[in-house]
Amino acid sequence: MPNAAETGMSSIGKFAWVLVALLAILHYDFWNWEDRSLVFGFMPSGLLYQALISIGAAVAWALVVKFAWPTHIEEWADSAPADSPAADEQVGNK
Amino acid sequence: MISYLLQAPPKSTTPLIVVGIYLVLLLAFSIINSRRPRGSAGEFFVASRSIGPFLLLMSVFGTTMTAFALVGSTGKAFDNGIGIYGLMASASGIVHSLVFFLVGIKLWAIGKRYNYVTQIQFFRNRFDSNALGYLLFPVLVGLVIPYLLIGILGAGSVLLGVSGVPTWLTGAVICAVVLAYILTGGVRAAALANAVQTIVFMAVGLLAFVLISDSLGGVEAATQAVIDNAPQLLAREGEIGHLQFLSYCFVPLSVGMFPHLFQHWLTARSAKTFRMTVIAHPIFIMIVWVPCVLIGVWAAGAGVEAPGGNSNAVLAKMVLMQLKNPWVSGLLLAGILAAIMSSLDSQFVCLGTMFTHDIVVHALGEEKVSEVRRVALGRGFIVAIVALTYVLSLFPPPNIFDLAVWCFSGFASLFPLVVAAVYWKRATRAGAIASVVVAGIMWCVLFYDGLLAPALAGEHIQGDYLIWGMMPVAFMIAASTITLVVVSLVTKPLPAATVDRYFGIGQKVT
Repeated sequence: MPNAAETGMSSIGKFAWVLVALLAILHYDFWNWEDRSLVFGFMPSGLLYQALISIGAAVAWALVVKFAWPTHIEEWADSAPADSPAADEQVGNK
Repeated sequence: MISYLLQAPPKSTTPLIVVGIYLVLLLAFSIINSRRPRGSAGEFFVASRSIGPFLLLMSVFGTTMTAFALVGSTGKAFDNGIGIYGLMASASGIVHSLVFFLVGIKLWAIGKRYNYVTQIQFFRNRFDSNALGYLLFPVLVGLVIPYLLIGILGAGSVLLGVSGVPTWLTGAVICAVVLAYILTGGVRAAALANAVQTIVFMAVGLLAFVLISDSLGGVEAATQAVIDNAPQLLAREGEIGHLQFLSYCFVPLSVGMFPHLFQHWLTARSAKTFRMTVIAHPIFIMIVWVPCVLIGVWAAGAGVEAPGGNSNAVLAKMVLMQLKNPWVSGLLLAGILAAIMSSLDSQFVCLGTMFTHDIVVHALGEEKVSEVRRVALGRGFIVAIVALTYVLSLFPPPNIFDLAVWCFSGFASLFPLVVAAVYWKRATRAGAIASVVVAGIMWCVLFYDGLLAPALAGEHIQGDYLIWGMMPVAFMIAASTITLVVVSLVTKPLPAATVDRYFGIGQKVT
């Protein structure tokens, strides 16, 4: 994980990362192992639960992107040093 | 093998006409839209690093969702039930975006700063080792070939099932079409074609879901049939073990080492371009996988039988049995082929890129190989590998899902290398090489024992190959990680001048 100095991460950013970790833990839904019940009359509850994990992941990643984005990364990428190690193989970006 | 190749009962030609129209339109679109300066290697290999957020999302998602996601997931759900969504799809929604964020963005920045085109260039320079580059090349190409096979086999099984087209013919046509637009436009053509094909296969997948559920009497009736005939598929008990479920989470780490994905990352215009991909990827996976998993279990409930015990054909059988309108069947076929081709194209381009940059240019020197010559060599290597893969596709296929998981496991076992490369300064040249060697040996041994030997013996493989209840990928990653760490710690560190170039990403440039 990029450190706070690199990202200038706010407390919401840290919360977003905690949310990602929590989703990773909740993904292991051992309590649904034998559950064959249906939701909405057709959707197996175990499948719906995992689909909700996917939706939760999108929300968590949106928070990470918004509040824990690495700062200055474009600036670093654009400031190639003179002794670029791939300078002998330049093929693009001309 | 001959009897396998000749199994092709004649069926309606209408779906084929629809597929043919789609392929022609795709070719025309790709060729027209790829009219940028020709012969420029930067344009051919990394689209001049100018791809925006939407195209990056579509190309990355289209590349990662192949026959595995449509044909394979439907077949695996048919065999093992709804639990496969948790095994791969929801886990991938978390892990893929994690890798895009923590590894992909860093590699994009390093690639732009030092003008890299392939991941081997990066690893070779990061560890200051030609040997590592020459070692990684056959390993990565060797792992991409089964990935290509997944696509060609998936296309073949679907067209055979719906229209009776022999698999050898489908494979040849699909390879020819993808080659045509790739050889013309390079990675930009792949990205553009991916965007179109991703939209097509997502829309068509949802259409298939609605039409198939409707033909089964509605979603409730379709699921009721599963309760009556195959209730075990509605839960995981007896189908998937706890350790198996947990160890499957390592498989999606493979995206960190896919060479074709690395190349797509490099096409991004800026780091911010990744934002949409990181956020939308889990939702896109859900949109594709939930319908496929439901269709798979509904097929079991409806009493569909997998020919020869191989569930690759389940999706095709559902399309054929449930959809009486051949035009609609044709549209669905086109959508399935769109998903498959949107992966093949990126893989084709990346193979040519690696051969050109990591072998030819590196061995001969840049001054001896002009840009036009590089593009030509890349194209030649692509054609050679596609021909080899095509020949391999003519043999009776294994289960697509299983083959894909083996392929992804191989890439995942190399993931510790890329993590160490961008996060661990102490990683050494010897550690990196030893890690790749151990990962390669373990994959070969376990793949032979778990899939190749049974397949060659004509045995039907039931379920995943497990070690102490866990997926082999867990042991491969553990072994390559331990090797990397231990060997690095006992060998001489790389000079700070070499290593420091790759750290400090995200810190303010002074």
